[in-house]
Amino acid sequence: MIDFWLDTKSGLSPYLQLAQQVRHALRLGVLREGDQLPTVKDVVATLAINPNTVLKAYRELEHQGLVSARPGVGTFVTRSLVDGSFAAQATLRKDLQRWLAKARLAGLDEESIEALFASTFRDEQGVVA
Amino acid sequence: MTWLAWRQLRFQALAAYVAVVAAAVVLAVTGKRIVALAEPAGAIFDRLTASDRTLFWSGLIVMAVLPALLGAFWGAPLVARELEHGTHRLVWVQSVTRMRWFGVKVGLTVLGAALAVSALTWAVTRWANPLDGATSATHGGFPSRLTPVSFAMRGIVPVSYAVFALALGITLGIVLRRSVPAMALTLLLYVAVQVAVPLWVRPHLAAPVDQSVTISRATLDGISSSGPGGPLTVSAHRADRGDWILSNRTVDASGRVAALPSWLSTCLPGPGAEAPPVSGQTRVPAPVNSLDSCFARLASEGYRQEIVYQPADRFWTLQWRESGLYLGLAAVVGGVGLWWLRERVS
Amino acid sequence: MTAVLRTNGLGKRYRRRWALSDCTLSIPEGRVTGLVGPNGAGKTTLLNLAVGMLKPTAGTVEVCGGPPAVAAAALARVGFVAQETPTYAGLTVAEHLRLGARLNPGWDDVVATSRIARLGLDPKQKAGRLSGGQRAQLALTLGLAKRPELLILDEPVSSLDPLARREFLQVLMEAVGEQELSVVLSSHVVSDLERVCDHLVVLVDSGVRVEGDVETLLDTHHRLTGLRRDSRSLPADQTVVSDRHTDRQSTFVVRTESPILDPAWSVSRLGLEDLVLTYMEQAAAPEAAQALEVVR
Repeated sequence: MIDFWLDTKSGLSPYLQLAQQVRHALRLGVLREGDQLPTVKDVVATLAINPNTVLKAYRELEHQGLVSARPGVGTFVTRSLVDGSFAAQATLRKDLQRWLAKARLAGLDEESIEALFASTFRDEQGVVA
Repeated sequence: MTWLAWRQLRFQALAAYVAVVAAAVVLAVTGKRIVALAEPAGAIFDRLTASDRTLFWSGLIVMAVLPALLGAFWGAPLVARELEHGTHRLVWVQSVTRMRWFGVKVGLTVLGAALAVSALTWAVTRWANPLDGATSATHGGFPSRLTPVSFAMRGIVPVSYAVFALALGITLGIVLRRSVPAMALTLLLYVAVQVAVPLWVRPHLAAPVDQSVTISRATLDGISSSGPGGPLTVSAHRADRGDWILSNRTVDASGRVAALPSWLSTCLPGPGAEAPPVSGQTRVPAPVNSLDSCFARLASEGYRQEIVYQPADRFWTLQWRESGLYLGLAAVVGGVGLWWLRERVS
Repeated sequence: MTAVLRTNGLGKRYRRRWALSDCTLSIPEGRVTGLVGPNGAGKTTLLNLAVGMLKPTAGTVEVCGGPPAVAAAALARVGFVAQETPTYAGLTVAEHLRLGARLNPGWDDVVATSRIARLGLDPKQKAGRLSGGQRAQLALTLGLAKRPELLILDEPVSSLDPLARREFLQVLMEAVGEQELSVVLSSHVVSDLERVCDHLVVLVDSGVRVEGDVETLLDTHHRLTGLRRDSRSLPADQTVVSDRHTDRQSTFVVRTESPILDPAWSVSRLGLEDLVLTYMEQAAAPEAAQALEVVR
């Protein structure tokens, strides 16, 4: 079972934050296939958020094929995110470390690196979406 | 809703009814004695002890004060307290309309007050029945029940006063929205009305009777003068002493209002005699002989006393009419309060 | 979508001043709607008109399909927790529940007593002795246990400490999840509303400035930063809500349904608090901005 938390300053909608936390948990292996997500009632009781927010997050995850809602019982994980990208992640991490070294050699400071990454990432998102 | 109204009213109701029961017990106990005292013929007044007389006057005062207190302490806070504390925002959004809430609270309060006041009035009236209008053979007496002092505390009018005072208190509470100012203003206005009605309204509730009487020892109330050497005035009554005298004037043979002839002062016993000096207002039962001849001469010259009065047997008529008046006033005042509550209060 | 609260040109005047003017809203059911605005904006007036505590000077108001407070049935459909959560200081907690049971035909005593038990309130305690947070919870229980369709709360948490505030909102949100409940909740603190509201009304200076679903509002408002430009040069489908200029730079907050394609802009998303503040600032200085639109 995972515990949710809310970052009020993140600029990301609450329901997206919840969905993100579930996906994160799935990647780390905290949540596995067949696990039950916290009930709407429990999340509401802990976080004092709108129940529609929780429902929306769970619907989003269901739409992404990660969970499935069983009426009267609860919402259960149907897919794990662990194995697919896990192996690739080790390689990607090494590539990233090499790129960071190159950026620093070019004279970029921390913020320039972040800004460069962020703007490229956003542009990529725009192309993909 | 009745549960809530009762729950809010219960302490005041308890206090009032405990007081009423205590008073009733006192009256019942002493009442027997009074009745026994009235058995033999003669002036009962002289047989009363000082404590009896105190009880009589206390009874009058309690009956005078009770409606005012009920109006101020039960009526004024009825709505005002809710408005002061904001609890009207709690109770008016339950599934009871504002009007129904008001109706039940007012209904219960008026009922409770009316019952308490009627019970006490009945007890006091019965207790004081032998004593009203009783005079001493020598000096003093109790006012008759038709006179303003007693009228307001006997019979059925106190109930209508209480209803009026409550209506006044409740409406002032609604308009002023604060309990304490509403209480103060209620008392003030109630006293003003209680002074104004016997002065200007009650005498006209039934057409007063006009009668001339000869001035004699039997009818004389007293002779007074505004100062030594000043003009004399006479006040008289009919044989039946229970009347409420409204005006007392001396008229001459032609029927016009006239001053008493100047020879009258020589006729009367001067200072130093048994009667105390005639100055200011005093009631003087004068010695028999000289006075009778004075009066005979007065009558022969055509002087009579014109009395405008309400006869003693009009007591119940005036009671009913005045009750009606006060209940009408209560309805008007209450109507204003109701309208204000519906339209102007938030 | 049926509207749970509908107003049309609603206004209320006290002597000379209009506390609320020309308010036209249609709040859909099943939402938790936040009514936000500075003190004196007219929030309390609007809510009091909605529950029938006040009579309108102009316009109409309808709750759950009918005028408020006309009869017991209409009153039963709407619950209200007033500012400062008034309770009868002389009555105990249990007596308050009895008050609710006696005065409300739809009262659910099981819900009421179980909530009181869960909150740890002593039924024999007089309400005057309760802490602010406990009184607020009692008032909330009274509002919820009558099973209304709409629950209206006027600044219920503004005078509570952070823990009491969180607990109050928890209880409220649980009830929204369990019952078919619409909520309208006013506050001048936006951060309270961010977690719980999915619909928003911004009220400033006795008038409605903006109204809509929170998600939609946040998706359609953007902050554009770039080289100094005149607001009139922006495309017609972008409504300028606010603008700020320095000698080199312009910052606009725009509302638009379509995506921002102009590469000259640095586009960022507004947080709810910033969004509300933008509208509140514009209302305070209307001569500075373009025409505002009340969009639904």
